[in-house]
Amino acid sequence: MKKSKSIAQYPYIVWSIIFIVVPLFLILYFSFTNSGGAFTLENYEKLFQPNYMKVFYNSVKLAAISTVLCLILGYPIAYILSKLDPKYRTLLMLLLIVPMWMNFLLRTYAWMSIIGRNGIINTILKAIGLPTMNILYTDTAVVLGMIYNFLPFMVIPIYTVLIKIDQNVIKAAADLGANKFVIFRRIIFPLSIPGVMSGITMVFMPAVSTFVISKLLGGGQYMLIGNLIELQFTTVGDRYFGSAISILMMVIILISMAILSKYEDKDEKEGGGILW
Amino acid sequence: MVGKWAKRIYLSLAYIFLYAPIVFLIIFSFNSGKSSASWQGFSLKWYVSLFDNQRILKALYYTVLVAVVSSLVSTILGTISAIGIDKMTGWKKKAVLNINYLPVLNPDIVTAISLMTLFIFFRLTFGFKTLIVAHVVFSTPYVIVSVLPKLKQMPDDLVKAAQDLGATPFYTLRKVILPQIAPGILAGFLISFTMSIDDFVISFFNTGSGVTNLSIEIYSMARRGVSPEINALSTLMFISIFILIFLANKKDLIKNERKRGKVDD
Amino acid sequence: MKEVFNLQDSNKDIILDLKNITKKYGDNTVIDNLNLYIRRNEFVTLLGPSGCGKTTTLNIIAGFEEPNNGDVIFEGKVINEVPPHKRQINTVFQRYALFTHMNVYENVAFGLRIKKIPEKEIREKVKAILKLVDLEGYEKRSTDSLSGGQQQRVAIARALVNEPKVLLLDEPLAALDLKLRKEMQLELKRIQQSLGITFVFVTHDQEEALTMSDTIVVMNKGRIQQIGTPEDIYNEPKNKFVARFIGESNIFDGIMHDDYRVSFEGREFQCVDKGFDKDEKVDVVIRPEDIKLEEYGKGMINGIVTSVIFKGVHYEIEVEANNKKWLIHNTKQVKIDEKIGMNIYPEDIHIMRKARDME
Repeated sequence: MKKSKSIAQYPYIVWSIIFIVVPLFLILYFSFTNSGGAFTLENYEKLFQPNYMKVFYNSVKLAAISTVLCLILGYPIAYILSKLDPKYRTLLMLLLIVPMWMNFLLRTYAWMSIIGRNGIINTILKAIGLPTMNILYTDTAVVLGMIYNFLPFMVIPIYTVLIKIDQNVIKAAADLGANKFVIFRRIIFPLSIPGVMSGITMVFMPAVSTFVISKLLGGGQYMLIGNLIELQFTTVGDRYFGSAISILMMVIILISMAILSKYEDKDEKEGGGILW
Repeated sequence: MVGKWAKRIYLSLAYIFLYAPIVFLIIFSFNSGKSSASWQGFSLKWYVSLFDNQRILKALYYTVLVAVVSSLVSTILGTISAIGIDKMTGWKKKAVLNINYLPVLNPDIVTAISLMTLFIFFRLTFGFKTLIVAHVVFSTPYVIVSVLPKLKQMPDDLVKAAQDLGATPFYTLRKVILPQIAPGILAGFLISFTMSIDDFVISFFNTGSGVTNLSIEIYSMARRGVSPEINALSTLMFISIFILIFLANKKDLIKNERKRGKVDD
Repeated sequence: MKEVFNLQDSNKDIILDLKNITKKYGDNTVIDNLNLYIRRNEFVTLLGPSGCGKTTTLNIIAGFEEPNNGDVIFEGKVINEVPPHKRQINTVFQRYALFTHMNVYENVAFGLRIKKIPEKEIREKVKAILKLVDLEGYEKRSTDSLSGGQQQRVAIARALVNEPKVLLLDEPLAALDLKLRKEMQLELKRIQQSLGITFVFVTHDQEEALTMSDTIVVMNKGRIQQIGTPEDIYNEPKNKFVARFIGESNIFDGIMHDDYRVSFEGREFQCVDKGFDKDEKVDVVIRPEDIKLEEYGKGMINGIVTSVIFKGVHYEIEVEANNKKWLIHNTKQVKIDEKIGMNIYPEDIHIMRKARDME
């Protein structure tokens, strides 16, 4: 029986209304207004023009490619780690996370020096006598940057789910005659799907909304949704259009989350799962 | 299934991939030349000039200051809020939790520009205060998410027992509730601190008046041409992180040893 | 008019008095106009099935819940408005509720510290109470290094060290294994008697209640069914619910023709109850251990053995007679399908009024 000491919740209710709800409403409001203050749909109409639609398409395409690649590359990592001796796997898990604590811009910037026209890779290629590769400022560079930054976000949830699989379940399957392939296909992989869904969410969302990766590795002209928004709010100064783009991006994300949330662990929102 | 060596090679390649840029940064921090493409000999000069680079030092100062202040504020706000939210029920609780989760779910650029729009709307000057507020906004949900499960795990009867023994609600909070949820509070603080130190997007849109942070500095340098002093800085940061992890793990190991000694009976 | 269930004794001995207590959760009435008084140094047990309101009653006494109606009177004063931390009552919780971030000493000293008792005195008191509960030397131990029984004793020590006038115990032995439970039952009784504190004990285990209590309060659906000593409750259950809940019984429909004369199961019996209306319909209770087995044909009721189970202390025997099953406890073995006769002495036949509302 909890006797409510209900004063504790009010500061945050007030705070979150002011700093979370109101700002979002402002964005929503501006997306339906113009500089004259009138209600209008012109911002959204502008969005549906081909050149802007192309930007959306590119963002989703690149984010999807990166997510799929992260899954293909990351699942084996999670799997191999989960099978290791507990001593080693905690250490290796830690080593996996350490790079994430290095400044995100620094790591992205470092890639610029590695894949740039005068970067390390090309220097080595030149030395061997092979033709140089033009990686920087292309789609490939952006995808590379996304994979680099978000791979651990795919590995960790899958790993977490894999190590929680009851070993007795696997023993039972083996006892009933299943070999390693069958065990993986029909028991381990299906049980790991919540982790996979988590990983997909944690990669796709930031990937579709990034602007740093595309700016640094894609170059000044490179446009993903994130860059478009940044442009509107800084150089161009059209916050109305910028708001409309933001709203549309939020809609994309909400839809993706709704699809993915069918597979997620219900506990996590209340604050369970991930940390404890 | 797949050979042991195949697994090892794959894993090694993965880790090499992850650490390549970092190793690269560290190596070239010792490069005597300015270029980050060709090695021109070993030198420590960038470490020396780092301590003279006012821009970088100022950015570092603000980065740490903002991280410390905003983490403290969000930890306190988050803990109080978690205690309050834990006692809520029904649709109100769901609503608060969902709103709380918005800064976590939203892409940081949306959180960033929505806050920026709010500040513009209320005609506030951008600077230290707006930056702190912005950081607290995105950190507090993580504190709440850390503390709430600890509150849920705490046996109901504990508060009743404290009151039964004569403790006022405030005494109960101090001596019973807070110690019980302490690991959650600490985790929340650490997450806030880490996210704050590393933040770029939200800071970029919500600061001004010369208040900057490391990420913003690196961003503006990255397009012009980054000075190797940044490499030196990254190396130093990396070493400190390593030391911190080592110390943290050592403390855990000691705690486990002590626990093992107790379980006899 | 308040019904006076209890035995004699003067009113100034009453330490706790619950008057007309009602508690509702929405539409659900958990406690229905409860009246109960408890005397000093008494070991009172609230006994009943889950949901009968016994734990809620305890919570109201402790102050964790407020009654919708009625008064809680402690030592003559109404304490409805007094918050739990100000009442001179302490509680032992079912799952111990030990402060896991403190060691045994700190747990036990918690209440004393709040009262700002000097450290030296605290040390002495803690030492003494730990000795009383057989945990001498355990001061520095952490709570998670203790077994269930030890944690229980720390919880008891933590409550008792504050020298409360009344100690409330909410099914404190529920989580212990059988042997430990029985030991603790005797321990608690011993502690209660040596310290002279009033204990209000809650349990759903009738055997536990019978073992430990001075007075048992049988509750069901928020109402008191019967108050009495263990012998009273066992031997003279007031209604079907109490009869079924306490001990095992055979219950039959009967008719009281006259004082000391009742008929059930097809024949008349002599009994020791009176005061019923002529030919009143009643419930007849006979305890299994009171039925005497005879040769077939020589019993008041005759039938066939349908089940025999060895229970260690006795055999649990089922006899079918006239399509009714009779339960008998006997130390002598019988065989299934054996024909057998049953005899009952008048003083072993208990008559109860039919309840107006069934359980």
